Amino acid sequence: MSRNLIIGIALTVVFLALAAVSFLWTPYDIEALDIPNKLQGPGGANLLGTDHFGRDILSMIMMGARTSIAVALVAVGIGMAIGIPLGLLAAARRGSLLDELIMRGNDLVFAFPSLVIAILITAVFGASAVNAIIAIGIFNIPVFARLTRGAALPLWERDFILAARVCGKSAARISVEHILPNITNLMIVQGTIQFSLGILAEAALSYIGLGAQPPTASWGRMLADAQTLVSIAPHTALVPGFAILLMVLGLNLLGDGLRDWLDPRIRVARV
Amino acid sequence: MYHFKRFAASAVIGLWATTALAQDSITVAIQLEPPNLDPTGGAAQAIDSVLYANVFEGLTRFDADGAIIRGLAQSWDISDDGLVYTFNLAAGVTFHDGTAMDAEDVKFSLDRARAEDSTNAQKGLFAGIADVTVVDPLTVQVTLDQPNGNFLFNMAWGDAVIVAPESIENIASNPIGTGPFTFTDWVQGDRIELTRNADYWGPAPALESATFRFISDPTAAFAAVMAEDVDAFIGFPAPENLPQFEADPRFQVLVGNTEGETILSTNNKMPPFDNVLVRQAVAHAIDRQAIIDGAMFGLGTPIGTHFAPHHPDYVDLLANSPHDPDRARALLAEAGFADGFTTTLKLPPPSYARRGGEIIAAQLREVGIETEITNLEWAQWIEEVFTNKDFGLSIVSHTEPMDIGIYANPEYYFQYDNPEFQALMEELNATTDPAGRSALLARAQTIISEDYVNGYLFELAVATVAKAGVQGLWVNQPTAAVDLTGVSWSE
Repeated sequence: MSRNLIIGIALTVVFLALAAVSFLWTPYDIEALDIPNKLQGPGGANLLGTDHFGRDILSMIMMGARTSIAVALVAVGIGMAIGIPLGLLAAARRGSLLDELIMRGNDLVFAFPSLVIAILITAVFGASAVNAIIAIGIFNIPVFARLTRGAALPLWERDFILAARVCGKSAARISVEHILPNITNLMIVQGTIQFSLGILAEAALSYIGLGAQPPTASWGRMLADAQTLVSIAPHTALVPGFAILLMVLGLNLLGDGLRDWLDPRIRVARV
Repeated sequence: MYHFKRFAASAVIGLWATTALAQDSITVAIQLEPPNLDPTGGAAQAIDSVLYANVFEGLTRFDADGAIIRGLAQSWDISDDGLVYTFNLAAGVTFHDGTAMDAEDVKFSLDRARAEDSTNAQKGLFAGIADVTVVDPLTVQVTLDQPNGNFLFNMAWGDAVIVAPESIENIASNPIGTGPFTFTDWVQGDRIELTRNADYWGPAPALESATFRFISDPTAAFAAVMAEDVDAFIGFPAPENLPQFEADPRFQVLVGNTEGETILSTNNKMPPFDNVLVRQAVAHAIDRQAIIDGAMFGLGTPIGTHFAPHHPDYVDLLANSPHDPDRARALLAEAGFADGFTTTLKLPPPSYARRGGEIIAAQLREVGIETEITNLEWAQWIEEVFTNKDFGLSIVSHTEPMDIGIYANPEYYFQYDNPEFQALMEELNATTDPAGRSALLARAQTIISEDYVNGYLFELAVATVAKAGVQGLWVNQPTAAVDLTGVSWSE
């Protein structure tokens, strides 16, 4: 394993663990405001200090990690669940009208600037974590559809697929039993990358007030709340800022490292 | 070459000299841009902020402390029965387009404001006027249906300024008044420029020109003042940054009071808030000081009713609703909501609402009331909450002066319908003697406080951050106004 992959795994595990622990325990209750205790610096009774309502920032980061991960995970799930079957279908019916329709539909979604449409969706249907998930998820669909089709097309020319066809397997069975296992590596890598983009998108939506609504903790909203406090209590902005940075960095390193590690050509060379 | 150099040098000195002397202009920032420039037709506060006392004047006006002083009317006589007001207008007043301001214009302005099809946002101010008569060009007589102790006060509002029939058509984009400044330019989304009116009938202002800029984002406001892009910010939106300005010798910070009663607006027709026990429970669940400290960083005065604490007739009713979560839970149980309930909390953009909303949500949760917070832009808020009354709770500051009368209107968005209170307001309107009025106002404050119509939070404070050399700015906001008449730069 490369050093990048190890760093990536470490960072990702840390944040996943923070989110997991938050289900059982946080240092403080983030729904109980403690206003006389506001804007305490890091290091005292509150390890990472307190925000403008006197809430413990470490607890907020833990709860926020949960929100970020949940939103990004479901959004990637939507993208995979719809995008991969579409891609497999397009590859199986390559050259047909259906293929054209699917791929041009993808182009259509790709043509819109994703964050702007996400803002539109949440503005029209109301700001909430669920609408943020849908908005981010929709733009994951063409990513997975196109990648699946691209990876599946050369497979359809391979001899083992020909053998399967000779045996009388249907296109659907071939897609599921032979194509899909051969592109799983690719999907995992892309999933990791999309996951980090989803976290960024969730933070961006929350930052402009269109993500999870209070009292649900969210890193993006923590940043927005800290905006006017930067000069008097810089930790209120630095902590969530670094949380987003490290989580996204970790996922990108993980994705990069996984690609190198899972790619059979590189793996053979390494062995 | 030598000549060129000397020319260049003198040009540089010349430029430098003009900047050094340019202390007769000011750039003032406020949070919101006016949607139009007609104070007699629009409800937005920002219209008055820019134009009141600067471009437009009324018969009477507010001074910096909220007292009613002479405006275009230099004196007035009130008949013994309190029904006929005779105003003697200032002589030699002209509108900015050169036409004379006389009694005909006053009649036109008042008749226009009280007409059936009038779009005036405060038609109630003119409701009691039976007739306006021109006696001579400088005398106008206003006859009322019944005595109205508030009439001179009503005539001081920005909605009651005097306009001219000649210029009324384009008033929304080209306001022409009688004030010490003329409107010069409006670059929408950026600024409004005013220039000194050389023909002003009163004492000339010290400033040659003024620019209004509009910055609603707290971070941008902080940056604009710190970079000295603006000379003064009236209603600075981020109270947490004020200590930094106070510590900086380049700036001065003025903190004054406003007429803004900040309330937890409660939909009195929507169950369970139609039950007074529930409203009382909400009132006891609220910790006002936590809201003032958390949302406003300590700026603001707690209120126990819908009345400005600096007003002489204010009655301290905070004892009706001290912070007492146990009491609140007991009241909820008595009302049949022992397990609490869920309602909506719709918040407009200002930080008193957004931050205050999070704090109130936490305080209500403590007694078992869950709130679904929705953040709304102003236009959405006006539509959903104010017009369609589709809300359980909201937070807003009512900045009109002496607006307790809104509780007599059952159609008003919080839908308080109490015939006793409505009768009291009618009695108040018909009472002119000050002691009688004080007693009635005290009674009115007590009724709404004991009915827990809304959650009464705090009186909004206004913070002005200005460069150290600016003097003469209003500290308090008795009405929405940035009166530049007395503003100047010290040496």
